[in-house]
Amino acid sequence: MAEDWLGVETAVSAEEDEGQEDGERRHQQLLEAVSSLSGRKRRKLAERTEASVQVSEFNVSCKGAGEKLVLSELLQPIRPKSTLSSVKKELTRVKQKKAVELPLSKEEAKRVVREAAYVRTSKDVGKWQQVVLQNRRAEQLVFPLKQEIATVVPLEQVASAWKARTPLEQEIFGLLHKTQQPITDPLLTPEETASLQAMSLEEARQRRAELQKARVVQSYYEAKARREKKIKSKKYHRVLKKSKRRKALKEFELLHKSDPEAALARLEELEQLRMQERMSLKHQNKGKWARSRAIMAKYDLEARKAMQEQLAKNKELMQKVRVELPEEEPGDVPEEDLTSVTVPTIPAGASGANPWMLGKPSGPAEEPEVQEGLGDVAVPGAAESKEEMEEEEEEVSEEEALLQGFAQKRHARQQRAGSPEGHGADEMEAVSELPGDSPIHAVCAEEPASLGIEQPPQAQEEILLSEQLRRARTMEDVEALASEERVEEQEKPAAARAEERVRQQEEGRAGDRRAKKPPAKKIISLQAVLAGKCQEVQCPSLPVVVEEEEGGIDQRGVITEAFAGDDVVADFRREKRKAEQAGKPQPVNLVLPGWGEWGGTGLKPSAKKIKRFLLKPPPAPPRKDQHLPHVIVSEQRNIHAAAHQVSELPFPFERHQQFEQSIRTPVGPTWNTQRAFQKLTAPRVVTRAGHIIQPISAEDVPDVATAAGSGAKPALEIVPKGREQPFGRPRKRAR
Amino acid sequence: LNSVYLELHYVPWVSNVCITPTAVPRNYDPALHPFEVPREYTRALNATKLERVFAKPFLSSLDGHRDGVNCMAKHPKSLSTVLSGACDGEVKIWNLTKRQCIRTIQAHEGFVRGMCARFCGTSFFTVGDDKTVKQWKMESPEYGEEEEPIHTILGKTVYTGIDHHWKEAVFATCGHQVDIWDEQRTSPMCSLTWGFDSISSVKFNPIETYLLGSCASDRNIVLYDMRKSTPLKKVILNMRTNTLCWNPMEAFVFTAANEDYNLYTFDMRFLESPVTVHMDHVSAVLDVDYSPTGKEFVSASFDKSVRIFPVDKGHSREVYHTKRMQHVITVKWTSDNKYILCGSDEMNIRLWKANASEKLGVLAPREKAAMNYNQKLKEKFQYHPQIRRIAQHRHLPKSIFCQIKEQRIMREARRRKELNRRKHSKPGSMPFVSERKKHIVAVVK
Repeated sequence: MAEDWLGVETAVSAEEDEGQEDGERRHQQLLEAVSSLSGRKRRKLAERTEASVQVSEFNVSCKGAGEKLVLSELLQPIRPKSTLSSVKKELTRVKQKKAVELPLSKEEAKRVVREAAYVRTSKDVGKWQQVVLQNRRAEQLVFPLKQEIATVVPLEQVASAWKARTPLEQEIFGLLHKTQQPITDPLLTPEETASLQAMSLEEARQRRAELQKARVVQSYYEAKARREKKIKSKKYHRVLKKSKRRKALKEFELLHKSDPEAALARLEELEQLRMQERMSLKHQNKGKWARSRAIMAKYDLEARKAMQEQLAKNKELMQKVRVELPEEEPGDVPEEDLTSVTVPTIPAGASGANPWMLGKPSGPAEEPEVQEGLGDVAVPGAAESKEEMEEEEEEVSEEEALLQGFAQKRHARQQRAGSPEGHGADEMEAVSELPGDSPIHAVCAEEPASLGIEQPPQAQEEILLSEQLRRARTMEDVEALASEERVEEQEKPAAARAEERVRQQEEGRAGDRRAKKPPAKKIISLQAVLAGKCQEVQCPSLPVVVEEEEGGIDQRGVITEAFAGDDVVADFRREKRKAEQAGKPQPVNLVLPGWGEWGGTGLKPSAKKIKRFLLKPPPAPPRKDQHLPHVIVSEQRNIHAAAHQVSELPFPFERHQQFEQSIRTPVGPTWNTQRAFQKLTAPRVVTRAGHIIQPISAEDVPDVATAAGSGAKPALEIVPKGREQPFGRPRKRAR
Repeated sequence: LNSVYLELHYVPWVSNVCITPTAVPRNYDPALHPFEVPREYTRALNATKLERVFAKPFLSSLDGHRDGVNCMAKHPKSLSTVLSGACDGEVKIWNLTKRQCIRTIQAHEGFVRGMCARFCGTSFFTVGDDKTVKQWKMESPEYGEEEEPIHTILGKTVYTGIDHHWKEAVFATCGHQVDIWDEQRTSPMCSLTWGFDSISSVKFNPIETYLLGSCASDRNIVLYDMRKSTPLKKVILNMRTNTLCWNPMEAFVFTAANEDYNLYTFDMRFLESPVTVHMDHVSAVLDVDYSPTGKEFVSASFDKSVRIFPVDKGHSREVYHTKRMQHVITVKWTSDNKYILCGSDEMNIRLWKANASEKLGVLAPREKAAMNYNQKLKEKFQYHPQIRRIAQHRHLPKSIFCQIKEQRIMREARRRKELNRRKHSKPGSMPFVSERKKHIVAVVK
C-alpha cells in the first residue's frame, strides 16, 4: 500500500512541480509520513492554507481541478493490459448502439406463441402416424385392443381393510396367528411357497398336458374295448381267446427261461386252476348246449364232432398230467380251453429249434406253407410234438389272419358307410376282381366257416392279394400297372370309369390277354360302350358280379333301344360344323350390276368386276374349340349373362387380369380346407360382445414412444404383416 | 383316391387335423367341384338378398322425456347405461337392457345444453341455460336422501357444452370462451379465447388427452393445447360447424358436422383442406359420433335421418329413419360397436343396430362361419351390377328423396354454369377448385 501510495505520489509530483507551495507541501507530507512511522496512527486534519475556487468539504485538496478528465485515461493501467482492451472496445460499441425496439404487439406475440405451439403439437401427434397407417392396412383388427386378463384381487388387500372386532373374530385371528397362517403378507404359508417353488408353471402345464394325453389314450382304449366287446361273431371271440392263450404261453415260456422259480409258482397256480376245473362239472356233456348237441349228433356231423371234442377234453381234464413229459400231450387242442394244459409241455429247446416259433407268422412270404399246413389241421390226433408245434404255429398265423380279416371287413364296412355311392361301386368291383372261384370265397368271407376245416386265411387274404393273383406275370409289370391304373382312375370321370371296369373284367376273363392296355385317347362312343356291355352280360363264371352288372346294363339296354335312331354324336358334329361355318367372316359383295357395262336380265357382272368388288375379310382368329372335338365354344356375347357381368374395371384394380384373378379364386369351404376357409373369410374387424372398446392409448402401442423420437421414419414403410394379426395383440404377448 | 380316403378316415385324431365328429373328410380336387365362380356368385347374390331381407335396424324407442332430447352421454364403464338431457332441463338415466328409465333428475332450468360422464363412471356433469355447471352422482340417492348435485358452479355466462378429460380430474366447458376447470375448484384453471363468439361445442382428444377442439358460431374450428393453455390454429369454413368428434383410434383425425349438410374429416396437422368431405344429408348435420373402432361414424341431421359413414368414404353406407322420428339432435355410438342411439325433437331416444342385418344374440360357430363367408362373398362380388344394385338399395321417405333429387339438380346446374363460364373465359383465369378446398375459407395461424 505504502509503495503504491509513494509511486502515485512520485507520478503526481513529476507532472506538476512548480512553486514553493509544492516544496512546502512536500515538507508537510514528509513530516506526516515520518509521524505515521512512529506507530500511532494519527489523522491530522488538513489545514486550509489559502483561498481556492473550488472548496471541497471532504478535505480533498482540489489540486489539479479544472482539468478535463478523459474516460479512457482512467482505465489506462500503468502497464497496458490485453483484457482491458476488450472492455474498452465494448464500451465504444455500446456508445454506438441505438435505442431498443418496442416490444411486439399483444396480438403478434400471441400468434407467435400459437404457431410454435402448433408446430410442437403437430409433431407430438405425428408419432401416431405409423400406428394409424398400420391399423388402416391391417387385415384384421381385434377389439378391444387391450385384452383384459382377469386379475384376482390379492387377499391381503381385502383383508387389510377389515379388522377383527368381536371376541369370536379375535379368537379366530389368534388361532391363525398361532398356526402361522398368513393374514396379510405373504399370502402363502411356507409349505405352499415351497410347493410352488417345487413346480414351475411350465412344469405344471407339461404335467397337465401329459395327464390329458393319458386320459385321452385311456378313453380311446376304453372305446376300443367296448367296440370289441360288442362284436357278436363267435368266431372272432374264439380266435381272440386263442390268441390270448398263445400269448400267455409265450410269456410263460419267457418266464421259464428267465426266472424258473417264478415259473414254477405260476405252474402251481395253473395246476390249481386245473384242479378246480376237474372238480367242476364242466365239459361233462351235461350242459344245455351239450344235451342239444347230443340230440343233434345223430344227424349232424358237426355236432357229433363238437361233442367228441368235449368228451376228449373232459377226459383230458380228468387225467392227471405229469408235468415233465411233453409227449403226454393229447393231440387235439380244444378251443374252449383254459391256458392250463399246454403250458408245461413245451420244451425250451423246441421253441428255439422251430423256425415257426420265431417271427411273425402272418407275413405274405409264409403263406404257401400255411396253406399246406392247413391240410394237416384236419387230421386229428397227430401225436408228434414237433408237428403239434407246427400246427399250433399255423393256428397262430390263422388267428392273426382271421383278426386281420375282421379288421379289414370292418374297415370296408366303414368305408361303404362313409360314401354309399362313390365307394359302393368300387367295393363291388373289388369283389368282382377275384379270380376263378371267388364266389365261394366271397361267401366264406361273409359268414364264419362252420366246417371243421378252417380256411379263413385264404378267404380273408384274397381281398388284399387279389390283384397279385390276377396279375402274376411279372412283378414289375404289376407294379407299373397298379400305379398307372390309379393315375388313370383319378383322371377319369365316373362315367368313363364304369366303362373301364367292364373292359378290365373282360380281360380278366380272357386270362391270357394282356392285362394292361394303354387308355384310349379317342372319344368314347356311347354306342360302342353299350355294345360292349351287352356282350359282357352273358358271363357265367361271375354270378354275383354279373347280377350286379346286369341291372345297370339292362337299363342301358333299354335306353339304347329307345333311342336307337338317334345318332347323338353325329348330330353334335353336324351342329358344330354349322357353328363353325356361321362363325366364319362372310365376304362382302359390293358388285353392282350394270355399272360400267351392259345391264339387263340374264346378264352377269364380269368376273373381273366380281373379283374387284368382292371384299374378302381377313381370316377369323382360330376358334377356341378347334382342338376340343366334343365342345362348342360360342364367343358371342350373351346378354343374359352380361346382366351379371362387370362392365367397367372397378376402382382399386388397374388391369382386368387383376380383377379376374380376384374373382377366380374361390373362398368357400367347397374348395378350400377348413383352415384355409377360416383364414380366407376372417372378418376385418373383430369385436367381442359386451366388451367396452377404449380409445387407443400409448400403452397399447409400445412403439409410439420410440416413434416419437425418430420423426424421420418413412411414412409408407411397408411392414410385413405376419398372419393377419392386429398390431396390438402379438406385441402384448411378446411382453 | 381310395387310399387317401382311408388314410384320412383312420387318422381323425392326429393332433393337427381337426375333424369334428360329424365332419366327413372331403376331397378338394378342383375337378370334382367345377363352376366355382358361378356357384360363389349365386351364393353371394343370395347372401346379398338375405342381407337386405334381414335389414331391420330399429330396436326400440326409449320414451319418457317431456321435451326434445338435447344431449346424451355414454357411461364409460357400463354398456347398459346411457344418460340423456332434455330441453326442459330434465336429465334421465336409462337402462338399455331393460329399456327403461331408471332415474330422472330435474337438473336445470331451461335447456340441458351439454353433459358428460366422468372417466371413472362415478359421476357426471351437466351444463344448462341457467349458467350453472352441476356434478351429479351416478348412483341414485338412497331412500330419504334428496336428489342434489355434488357440486354446483355458478358462472357468469351461459355454458353451451361440456366435455370431460379422458384421464384426469379436469373438464372443459364452452360458451363465450373455453374454460378448463379443475374438479375441485369453483373457478376455471384457465380460459382460452380467440375471437369473440359463442362456442357451441368443445371436445377433448381421447388419445392425446391434452388436445381440445372447439367450434364456434363464427364458422370456425379452433384447436387448443391444454399444456400451454393456448389455442393452436383456427380453420374457417363456409358455414357454421355444429359439433366435432375426434377419432378414438387415430389421434390426429377429427370430423366436423357442418350446417352446409356435409361432414368434414380433418387431419389436424393439415388443416388447409379436409381429408374427406362426407356428403349425403339434405339438411344441417347436428351431431356426429365415432364408432369405438374408429372405422365409421354416425351423424344426426336436421333432415330427420341418421346416417353411417365409413371414415374414408365420401358417401354413407346406411341411412336410418322412421316415420315418427323428427329432427335428430344428438347421436351416440355405443362403446361395444353394436348399437346406435339417437335423440330427437319428438322426445324419444331410439336404439338402432349399427349393422342393420346383424343377428343379435350368441351365434353358433357354424352360424358365425357362414356369416363371415357371406360377408366375404359380398365383398368379393360387390362390383357385380346385380349384387351392387341389391346391396345399395335403401328406402327413403319421400321428403328426403325429393330433397336429394332437388339438390342433385341444383348441383348439376351449378356445375354446368361453372363449365360454361370456364368455357367462355380466358383459359387459366378460372382454375379448377377441388371439392375439398371449396368449403374452406381460411386457415388462421
